[in-house]
Order: sequence, then C-alpha cells, then structure tokens
Amino acid sequence: MSLYQTQKLLYQLNKDVQMQASFLADHEAIMNNFKLTQEEHDALVNKDIGLLYILGVNGQILMHFAAMCGLAWPEYIQAMRDALAIHGNVRTGLYVTTDGKGAV
Amino acid sequence: MSLVFAGVCSHAPGITGRAHMADPDDKETLYSAFDDMREALEASKPDALIVIAAEHFANFFMNNMPAYCIGAADEYEGPIEDPKWLGIERRLIPGNPELSKRIIAKVMKDVDVAYAEEWKFDHGISVPLHFLTPEYELDIIPVNINCQGPPLSPLHRAWAFGQALRKACDEVPERIAIVATGGISHWPATPDSGKINEAWDKEFLQRWCAGDKDALLSYTDEETWQDAGQGGFEIRAFIAISGATIGSQAKVHYYRPIPIFAVGCTTGWVDL
Repeated sequence: MSLYQTQKLLYQLNKDVQMQASFLADHEAIMNNFKLTQEEHDALVNKDIGLLYILGVNGQILMHFAAMCGLAWPEYIQAMRDALAIHGNVRTGLYVTTDGKGAV
Repeated sequence: MSLVFAGVCSHAPGITGRAHMADPDDKETLYSAFDDMREALEASKPDALIVIAAEHFANFFMNNMPAYCIGAADEYEGPIEDPKWLGIERRLIPGNPELSKRIIAKVMKDVDVAYAEEWKFDHGISVPLHFLTPEYELDIIPVNINCQGPPLSPLHRAWAFGQALRKACDEVPERIAIVATGGISHWPATPDSGKINEAWDKEFLQRWCAGDKDALLSYTDEETWQDAGQGGFEIRAFIAISGATIGSQAKVHYYRPIPIFAVGCTTGWVDL
C-alpha cells in the first residue's frame, strides 16, 4: 500500500487550482507522477471517497477532495459510512472510526 | 511593547460553511460571541496578530513536516478551500515579514522553529479572521503547530513554545495579539463527525482557565485520541496560550457543543 503517495497527490491537488483542472481533464497525466496501487488508482479515478477513507487517507485531506468532487457535507459523511459497511473499518491511520455515530 | 491580547477560538469549517444548516440560536449566539471577541481584540489596539493554528495540510505534508513553524511572508492567500464550500471568499491577507523575522529570531533563542516565507491559509486561520479581522487590515503572523501528522510535538513543548513566543512579544516594540485556534474534543471529517465529549471539553477548559500546567500537560496522546478524537490533538494550540500567559487567569466567554459545526464552539481570552 502506498498511502503516502495517495495522500501526497491529494495534498497537492487540494491547494492547486491549476492541478485540479488538469486532474479533471486528464487524471492519468497527474497520477503517473505518483506510485499508486491499482486499488488506490481506481479509488481516485472513481472519486470513491468512501474507499479512500477506508484506505486511511487523513480526513483533513479527504474532506477537501470530497468538496472538489461536489459532495455536500451529509453526502460526504454518508459515503464514509457506506464504505464502512462495505469494506469494514479503516485500514490504517488516525481517522479510523470509533462508532460511526456522529450527529449528521 | 508586550503582549496585549491572548485568546482562543474555534476554527471549524462548518462554522461558516454549514451555517445555513445550523439551529439559528446556535449560529447567532456563536457569531455574537465572535463579535465580542473581535471587540476585545480591537480594544487592545494590536499592531499585529499572531494566529497559532493547527493547520490541515495547506502548507505542510509528511515530506517535510515541521513541529512548529512561523510565517514570514508579506502577504498570505486564503482560504485554500473552495470559497463556496467554506463560505469565505478567497483573498490576500497582509503580513509583516520584517516583524515576523524579528519574532522568529527571538523565539529561536529558546526553542527551535521552522519558518516559511510562503504560506496559504486554510480554515484554521481563515475562519477566525473572517470574524476577528473582517476588514483584513491587521498584519497577520501565522504559526502552525503540527497536530495532524504524527509523531506530534509533546504537550510540554507546546507550553515551552508559548513561553518563548511570549518572551519574543515582550521584546519587540509593537503591540502584539495572539489568538490560538482549534477544537477541543472532536472527530472531524469522519463518520463520527458531530460527536462532542462535552464533559471532557469542560474539564479541559477548566484547566485552561486556571493555567494549570501540570493538569494541562498530563494528557497522553492515546487518552486524547480515545476521549477527544483526532481533533483533540489541537489542544496544543490552547496550551501554547497558557505557556504564553503564565500566572494569568483566562475566561471562557462562550462554549456550546454544536454538532453540525462538529465541535464544542469556544471563545475565550486571558486576563493579562
């Protein structure tokens, strides 16, 4: 797993408007610069916020990507909850859920 | 001159970005509390405002993560977030590189810090400034304490950093204000978002008001993670204020758990 590379891509993307436009136009050109597993690659291409959460992407990085993908806040929270039901708990990192029973 | 103001406030992005989803009374009382804090800050007539924020990967990543960093740019851009998502327009915010560098050099006599002549603000600074300096006329000096990417600086170092910052403020002729921003217990950006440990928050704030060093530094990161969530690591910002104001009492002016804002919303400042 190359969580570091996945997070680095998202970190750069979140703060670079030009890179965001490039990513939306031709995501492969961006992703070729990062060493990603197929699962990570596909999660990014599919904008699978829930799976990215399960892979361990820090919430403060993922939150911005979710917004960039057009998810409203409740949709973003729900995507993570749905992914927990499908994939089980977060595989690594600080953002593992405790009970999934927040208020939104 | 000296430190003329020292306070703390929340910086959660929902405060501005999800205001339309909040109970009107929650929103109005919190916004009013920010107004009160702005008036107290303005009454102190600061020449510059240091904002100690736990940032969220706007500038720093695990390729080169400083435990502490102070900005020294002549202007800052923010927020990095989508302006519509955050509810704050993107803009330039004035800095003061000359003052920054004098303060950095003085802080370095006591603790090691990184510095940065480029810095973009995320919600950790942009949300507080939206309320506290809405005209964006005051020079800002941003400070980051890494509260996101472990290993994290131990709490006693956050205290020592606050002490060093205070000493630096006292040694420059300008009137300096410091505001530390962050959440207490919260589980932001997780399926647990909206969970708030009110009892834990109140205990922490009691220790913060008293400036009780031993009690403030007694939390372990494991306990904080369990009881106060990932967001709880941001208590480092509050602790830095206590380190900067040893011997002074602080007062919490507003505290209310507001789940849609994903944090116990807080304002408070020190009786200097």
